[in-house]
Amino acid sequence: MAATELVRRVWQGLLALFAVPATAAVLPEDKAEGLYHVYDGGGVKATGPALLVRKSLAERVSLSGQYYVDAVSNASIDVVTTASPFKETRKAWGLGADWLVRDSLLSVSVDKSDEPDYVAQTVSVDASNDTFGGMTTVSIGFSRARDDVGRKNVGFFDKATHWQYRAGVTQILSPRWLASLNFEAVNDEGFLGSPYRVARVFGAFIDERVPRTRSSRAVKLRSVADVGGEGSRLAIRGEYRRYWDNWDIKADTLEFGAARYFGTKWLADASLRWYKQGKALFYSDNAPGETLYVSRNRQLSTFKTLGIGGKLTYTFEGPWAVKLSGAYERKQFRFSDFTDLRTDKPYSYDANVLQLFVTANF
Amino acid sequence: MTMRLLLPLVLAAVLAGCAVPEPWVKPYERERLADPIMQTGRTPLADKHREHIHVVREGARGATGVQGGGCGCN
Repeated sequence: MAATELVRRVWQGLLALFAVPATAAVLPEDKAEGLYHVYDGGGVKATGPALLVRKSLAERVSLSGQYYVDAVSNASIDVVTTASPFKETRKAWGLGADWLVRDSLLSVSVDKSDEPDYVAQTVSVDASNDTFGGMTTVSIGFSRARDDVGRKNVGFFDKATHWQYRAGVTQILSPRWLASLNFEAVNDEGFLGSPYRVARVFGAFIDERVPRTRSSRAVKLRSVADVGGEGSRLAIRGEYRRYWDNWDIKADTLEFGAARYFGTKWLADASLRWYKQGKALFYSDNAPGETLYVSRNRQLSTFKTLGIGGKLTYTFEGPWAVKLSGAYERKQFRFSDFTDLRTDKPYSYDANVLQLFVTANF
Repeated sequence: MTMRLLLPLVLAAVLAGCAVPEPWVKPYERERLADPIMQTGRTPLADKHREHIHVVREGARGATGVQGGGCGCN
């Protein structure tokens, strides 16, 4: 093939990617999903229901609505050592629309998360396009979030803005093998700390001081393959994500999973997730000197987490294909440079994550 | 400098002999790929909950394909 033909095809591909908002050539299926979720670990218990309904109109547009509740009872290590336990509820709403145009899908969504002292509003636009005979799906997306940051007894006193840019490619490699590559850049500006958290300098507690800007990058490679024999379905997957930002946090996430059908009604999933990160430049367990920025947020410290989980799904016979699922994950958090002030040893805790949900197609 | 001039010429010469690959997995061969166990996002609410747990407790974020939702939960 001549170079001119190659150039023409590349040019057509670029046009399809950027001139025509485009994803999968089919709309998401109509469904209703109800979830009850529990997170219990490190003195924090967060529970609540969540609902999702998705319905298509005229086979060209799909509308969705979500409602999510987090009822939090917080007696975390920060709270019991430097403040008082509290309870609060976060409620989140989301509305979305997907529009099918030839081999492309354009998605728009708005989300709002509401807490007594923090309100976040997000607008997202995503586009994806099936190309190369349906073997390649290219996607791009953008979100902008605007947060109002408050403090109990003070009210809302500052703001934060977040810009997220994402792109991804999913490639069919064989009749049993898929791989995808995703990239996301996030820029933040505004109040990015917690008005309640304290840092430690020379053993004394002071209000934390966090930069007002942050910029991060993340790249994730994912591969999934069907390794089941004739008449059986067994899929295994592997994922790796590399993360880095200008606060000097570097993190690696490795995840493996398997899903297998047992008969026609039972589906079992298992997963193993390992995460490791290095601390932010200005993180200190107990700073030896005054610096412009200082934080003792353990989310910015050096630590590892390990999660082992399983999920079981039962499908009922009938026109709505009702599925009942239960999932459990045990998570371990092991901190290297965050001291439990009660014991003077590196802090660690285990957490339990439970999900019970029902899904129906209509 | 010489390399800068030569590189495009060498690439053009090499690519001129290349054929653009044709899709090698036909639609009728994608039955197993269409199975839900091969797809991400088959349980959007459960995925969102799991992503939220990670986003509020870990320093890393992004490139997961799931929106964890903004919040002040740290």
